[in-house]
Amino acid sequence: MAATSSSAAPFLSSSSSLSSPSSARRLLPLPVRRVSPSLRRRIPAVRAKIREIFMPALSSTMTEGKIVSWVKAEGDRLSKGESVVVVESDKADMDVETFYDGILAAIVVPEGETAPVGAPIGLLAESEDEVPLAKAQAQSQSQAQSHFSPPSPPPPPPSDPAPSPAPMAGAKAEAESPRKAVSTPYAKKLAKQHKVDIEKVVGTGPYGRITPADVEAAAGIQPKKPIAPAPTSAPAATPVTPSPAPSAATSPATKASAAPLPPIPGSTVVPFTAMQAAVSRNMVESLSVPTFRVGYPVMTDALDALYEKIKSKGVTMTVLLAKAAAMALAQHPVVNATCKDGKSFSYNSSINIAVAVAIDGGLITPVLQDADKLDIYLLSQRWKELVSKARSKQLSPKEYNSGTFTLSNLGMFGVDRFDAILPPGQGAIMAVGASKPSVVADRDGFFAVKNKMLVNVTADHQIIYGADLAAFLQTFSKIVENPECLTV
Amino acid sequence: MQASLSLSLSLPPAAPRSDPAPTVFRPSALRFCGLRREALGLRPLRPAGSTWVFPSPARTPSRKTVAAVSGNGSPSKGFDYDLVIIGAGVGGHGAALHAVEKGLKTAIIEGDIVGGTCVNRGCVPSKALLAVSGRMRELQNEHHLKALGLQVSSPGYDRQGVADHANNLASKIRNNLTNSLKALGVDILTGVGTIAGTQKVKYGKVGFPDTEITAKDIIIATGSVPFVPNGIEVDGKTVFTSDHALKLEWVPEWIAIVGSGYIGLEFSDVYSALGSEVTFVEALDQLMPGFDPEIGKLAQRVLINPRKIDYHTGVFAKKITPAKDGKPVLIELIDAKTKEPKDTLEVDAALIATGRAPFTKGLGLENINIVTQRGFVPVNERMQVIDASGNLIPHLYCIGDANGKMMLAHAASAQGISVVEQIGGRDNVLNHLSIPAACFTHPEISMVGMTEPQAREKAQQEGFEVSVAKTSFKANTKALAENEGEGLAKLIYRPDTGEILGVHILGMHAADLIHEASNAIALGTRVQDIKFAVHAHPTLSEVLDELFKSAKVFECISGVHSMRNCA
Repeated sequence: MAATSSSAAPFLSSSSSLSSPSSARRLLPLPVRRVSPSLRRRIPAVRAKIREIFMPALSSTMTEGKIVSWVKAEGDRLSKGESVVVVESDKADMDVETFYDGILAAIVVPEGETAPVGAPIGLLAESEDEVPLAKAQAQSQSQAQSHFSPPSPPPPPPSDPAPSPAPMAGAKAEAESPRKAVSTPYAKKLAKQHKVDIEKVVGTGPYGRITPADVEAAAGIQPKKPIAPAPTSAPAATPVTPSPAPSAATSPATKASAAPLPPIPGSTVVPFTAMQAAVSRNMVESLSVPTFRVGYPVMTDALDALYEKIKSKGVTMTVLLAKAAAMALAQHPVVNATCKDGKSFSYNSSINIAVAVAIDGGLITPVLQDADKLDIYLLSQRWKELVSKARSKQLSPKEYNSGTFTLSNLGMFGVDRFDAILPPGQGAIMAVGASKPSVVADRDGFFAVKNKMLVNVTADHQIIYGADLAAFLQTFSKIVENPECLTV
Repeated sequence: MQASLSLSLSLPPAAPRSDPAPTVFRPSALRFCGLRREALGLRPLRPAGSTWVFPSPARTPSRKTVAAVSGNGSPSKGFDYDLVIIGAGVGGHGAALHAVEKGLKTAIIEGDIVGGTCVNRGCVPSKALLAVSGRMRELQNEHHLKALGLQVSSPGYDRQGVADHANNLASKIRNNLTNSLKALGVDILTGVGTIAGTQKVKYGKVGFPDTEITAKDIIIATGSVPFVPNGIEVDGKTVFTSDHALKLEWVPEWIAIVGSGYIGLEFSDVYSALGSEVTFVEALDQLMPGFDPEIGKLAQRVLINPRKIDYHTGVFAKKITPAKDGKPVLIELIDAKTKEPKDTLEVDAALIATGRAPFTKGLGLENINIVTQRGFVPVNERMQVIDASGNLIPHLYCIGDANGKMMLAHAASAQGISVVEQIGGRDNVLNHLSIPAACFTHPEISMVGMTEPQAREKAQQEGFEVSVAKTSFKANTKALAENEGEGLAKLIYRPDTGEILGVHILGMHAADLIHEASNAIALGTRVQDIKFAVHAHPTLSEVLDELFKSAKVFECISGVHSMRNCA
């Protein structure tokens, strides 16, 4: 028995060697549990005699941490490398050790409470003399700390007569009904994740509650279509279910299969990838928006000259056009707005230009955020990053769905003009054709050959009218024809 | 049978955990290292031929049992039956099957439907819902699918189809149970059973005259019903218990689950997979208070935090009003300690999962001087019923949820078998510490024996040491192949003797993995012995293999060679 089991061991070693029991075993005799040596972090600290112990960032996604337990008590002497506190992050519990010798003068955040990353959780005094001072400091800190709300800019002192521009809507709603807004569990989670102040979100869900979609809208994210069907409506099962399926389920199924075209022999069916499915969904959804189009010729000689001058610095024509569009949008905010509910204009606070990029087997729109504010070189650099991320499919949702206006350029293929479909959630999209030498007559009747580019904007007529679009295009054209401002 | 849904949070007494001196059964063919006081001191080894069917007799192959049918023919002199069981749930069923095998003439009285809570309104239909939720969860986890190289576009579900699956499963299992009783020749008597006196039972449908029968022995196995605290108005539509929830008549957008024990946790898994958002309301300071704290913490990290779930702990739901007149469900929360009003929740639905209350009303217990304790029938460790003056009532036993010792279906069945053994003259005490429990979330949680704090408390009282070993699913090849590395197995044991005190698992298929540990506890197998047992590679069972191997038992008795010396 002994012989067989020991000879069997190497066979199993593939799993044994990987295991963590080695660390667990080593740790058993130690008083410290849950420590993985590689995960130890040092407490950053500042100040000379009284140092603040900060909540460390234990993982890249950690925004706040919970104090599981203080290994040391107030008044304990600490020496470098000793474990002081156990912190629970979103991933695990970890021991945190001190980087300095001293005395744990005060615990600012007690066990069981949570603090944002970087917030002081305790004070370390260098010698006995500083302990009382540290304690006094801790007291004032814990008062400010006691009501920790999701990471937001430091709250103004409560005594301050609130000079901050309090949002009118929020204040009014509160005055009307004293009860607090109800938000769903996931809405709260999303708000925390995207750093949205949930107090300022207006709920549109049942009973006026704040839903995840409301938070996503506030964060400028296009909501992902829920994967599970809306629970209230009975969705179609497979059309061929023999089971006594509910009658409601059959109607959509029959509709869908109403007039199937006979398959052409030899054809192959390739199902959509996730990205293609998303494109398809968005395109079908776009049909519900009443759009119209306005075209405009733009002379690009000056822009082309500028491009030749600065392309060595990594600036591309796409980025120049995005910047020009953003600057024009800054003067015409309605074109940067969205109609969310068919009842109101939603003006976006930032100008985020989404630029359509064809990638292998799909289409994605990386977003140049705050394109009106960033200078052309930074913007170009950002664009380069976005494109490489897009090609490796590593864009984060915020990087492809936070656009407020879209730019689509097919000029490089020699297309002279085309028509773009307005993506859901935006007010307008610009389709840019190739810039081509054309014969133009000026006001005095002189002919000249100039580079002419046709741009065509598709917009949501619920909020953007013909004159708005015309005025926007005029501004855009002026910027392109006098492009110096783009490089300022 | 699977673990019942029925372990309440705070209601049933934690009695089972304190059973002293568990009797250990073992086939005499196995040899063990010595030093087992309780087994050596108390009684002689069981004779070699006797078979001890451990927990679940429901799956006894029919061929063997049919042969025993002839045994159900002749009752003891002067009685209609040898054994009458009141209640045809899993406990009653298990007892009946074993009684027939032992040659007792047996009848079972059922006032509702065969199968009881477990089969009709508990573990069985909930497993159907959880099977669906597990698959939905997998299909929705794009990241996980992508890592496996899979592409699935927009998975969806048909609520009615899911509900039908649960319902069909329950009726299938119910039929199996009924057929197995009939095939054995157990008399199924329909009606509400009442104890009429010593060795006398009345039964009959409401409004009809009762029939009185006599039996040499009687087992009460009437089970339990969902417990609804005062102040909560259950309308069965927007405020409901597990009984209604299992029918899955709708999937609310936002549901509050009052109670975060097994029932609550399993339903949170179902509802969140089907698209609901969930809010837990828990009276204690921690979610999942019944679990080993470390497992509970990990469970929170895996099963709660990343999902669309939030929670309020340390609060009671003082008042719950169903949705009506255009208002949502209102839940008034008060601080569990100070009783101060804390908060009000407005949700679409509320599931009351605050545990289960024994169903013992109308049993006529007062006829024979029994006073129930919050409804539970008081019993000793042999399930013999104790009367108001503390005396044992001869020939009367109570098993399952009705005695509250351990509110699990398989525990009821094991208790029933233990009782039948005693009736047959073979003394038997069930070791409740060897009964496993499982929670069928994704991933699953399972446990047997003591939690770490329980073990440490006992160790302090009795003066022995406790050690803990842990292994991670991340180190297991099979788990990694499935891309399900999340999980932990934890062993609590005595380093001096190698006795296994408890095992807790959170991870893929934890409910199936626990039995190696529960069997080891039942059979008295020590860590130093079981670590030499071979596990197929690569399987999830190697998680436990690792666990046993990583335990450190003091020199003298560890290893095979010294085992021979000791024996």
